[in-house]
Amino acid sequence: MMLKVLTANRLRDGEVVYLTATGTWSEWLDESGLAETPEREAELLAAAELALAARLVVDPYLMPVAEVAGRLRPLSQREIIRAKGPSVRADLGKQAIRR
Amino acid sequence: MYRYDEFDHTLVAERVEQFRDQVARRLSGELSEDEFKPLRLMNGLYLQLHAYMLRVAIPYGTLSSAQLRALGHVARRYDRGYGHFTTRQNIQYNWPKLDEVPDLLADLAEVEMHAIQTSGNCIRNVTADHYAGAAADEIEDPRVYAEIIRQWSTLHPEFSFLPRKFKIAVTGAPNDRAAVRVHDIGLQMRRNEAGEPGFEVIVGGGQGRTPLVGPTIREFLPKRHLLSYLEAIMRVYNLLGRRDNIYKARIKILVKQVGAEEFARLVEEEWRHIKDGALQLPAEELARIEAYFAPPAFEDLPARDSGFEARRFEDPDFARFVRTNLYAHKRPGYAIVNVSLKPEGGVPGDATAEQMEHLADLAARYSFDEIRVSHEQNLVLPHVKLGEVYALWQALRAQGLAAPNIGLVSDIIACPGLDYCNLANARSIPVAQRISTRFGDLKRQHEIGELKVKISGCINACGHHHVGQIGILGVDKKGEEFYQITLGGSADQNTALGDIVGPAFSYDDVVDAVETIVDTYVGLRRPGEQFNETYRRVGLAPFKEKLYAAH
Repeated sequence: MMLKVLTANRLRDGEVVYLTATGTWSEWLDESGLAETPEREAELLAAAELALAARLVVDPYLMPVAEVAGRLRPLSQREIIRAKGPSVRADLGKQAIRR
Repeated sequence: MYRYDEFDHTLVAERVEQFRDQVARRLSGELSEDEFKPLRLMNGLYLQLHAYMLRVAIPYGTLSSAQLRALGHVARRYDRGYGHFTTRQNIQYNWPKLDEVPDLLADLAEVEMHAIQTSGNCIRNVTADHYAGAAADEIEDPRVYAEIIRQWSTLHPEFSFLPRKFKIAVTGAPNDRAAVRVHDIGLQMRRNEAGEPGFEVIVGGGQGRTPLVGPTIREFLPKRHLLSYLEAIMRVYNLLGRRDNIYKARIKILVKQVGAEEFARLVEEEWRHIKDGALQLPAEELARIEAYFAPPAFEDLPARDSGFEARRFEDPDFARFVRTNLYAHKRPGYAIVNVSLKPEGGVPGDATAEQMEHLADLAARYSFDEIRVSHEQNLVLPHVKLGEVYALWQALRAQGLAAPNIGLVSDIIACPGLDYCNLANARSIPVAQRISTRFGDLKRQHEIGELKVKISGCINACGHHHVGQIGILGVDKKGEEFYQITLGGSADQNTALGDIVGPAFSYDDVVDAVETIVDTYVGLRRPGEQFNETYRRVGLAPFKEKLYAAH
């Protein structure tokens, strides 16, 4: 089964966020909680419903990822850009923040 | 320039406070996202890939220095230090925070700007020839009529929930710089047999997934009937336009389905009932609006300026700038100066806060306080004395704003694409940057001559690829970016849609493909022949042969 994480945008500023294994929201893909089963996917989606109701995030959805050399990597170009920032401006978005 | 009256001021100020309240209610939970989304979109606020995006209206692409300075302030205070000028003469900010947008809008209201009707199924910002009021080939200043349409269409209760968004463009010159044939309504100023100015009315053009060149439904409309005729068109569309299928909801689909002749008949029938009613433009009201667009205090100058000519002779870099970036002004001794937002390898249409502020100062000093935004994502100083062009050029150069490439292969229209946009399938900006870099040799660009390259990151065609001489459409093929190329499009008075050249190219190969097309054209062209003339003469075959020979 395809590995998935749950992503959304934060309501207050639109920042791309990911649901962590402990149910909090992180700006960093690597801190995402993973869903490897349909049951776990359902749990993540249920957590997203609560976050919607709590006005933390908007537009949550599951997205496929792969684990490459111990790090999570989105499979689509769209999600790679969301996870990093505009490919044409390395000084903007998450990629601009040294961690 | 138009200045807000008390009604405009009240309307915009009230809207800011309404939106402030709506944002507060969203953050408090009183409004759900489903309830809030249409409200934020009515105020130009989208949610894109990385953040919210705010689209600010620049009516008919005209800005004062104070307004451009304010746009720079917004970029610095509320965004990440830059803004993106769009193909609809607007500006977009890519990183505003929801809870700061009300303050941002309040700052814009201080300089008579807003984001109303920059989204949603309403009549959007009315666009116009960016050389309006300055061009030598102009019959009349189209901004007078664009402003009248703006006032009529703002919060028009009958047209606030149309089947789909609606875009109107106006030009006052026979050389179409406003792409009027690819708009929902295009208004092309003409003279009738008596020499009176009026409008040719074009309806049902557009790009997107169903590109169509709009047909003329009325050869000549007297100016006083402009609003009643537009209202008749809107009523026919509002009644018969499809609301069951978003992809068939634009007026172009309706006009195509019923036929231009029948559509015109329906409009004329509706118009018959309202043409002599309240929407007829009174002469005094027309004069009142015209007064806002009265020409600035031009000096009487000779047509030639010896200092300008000398500089042009002595300085080849300046001569190159003059060749591409200046356009004939209607007043002797003046020029229209185009400011390219396409430096080599740059992001088309982006300007930093500092550049905006600097340009605002230059407009105040050299161009009667006026700036224009072109739908080709450049800025324009419309009224510059020939004798001051050299000093202006030097000042522009110091800010990286003097790229001598207007109309050349590196003057590329590109939508934000997958780097920012939620709808995009592929990136546009880096393709434009790579083409710009590939043709970075200015001598080569000038030898190639006029060549319009336009890139969209999805079928919605915000990057106008259908009407590019070389059009590039980004598509997603099983998760990979590919680029379909069209040739022979045009958005001017010879509007045409490009023809697909063949199978799409990968991200890595698309720039080579563009270079192959350009080299093929240069090899085939006759002296003085422009790209589309060569293309019409030789057809697709020689381009296909070169592009796909190895496959």
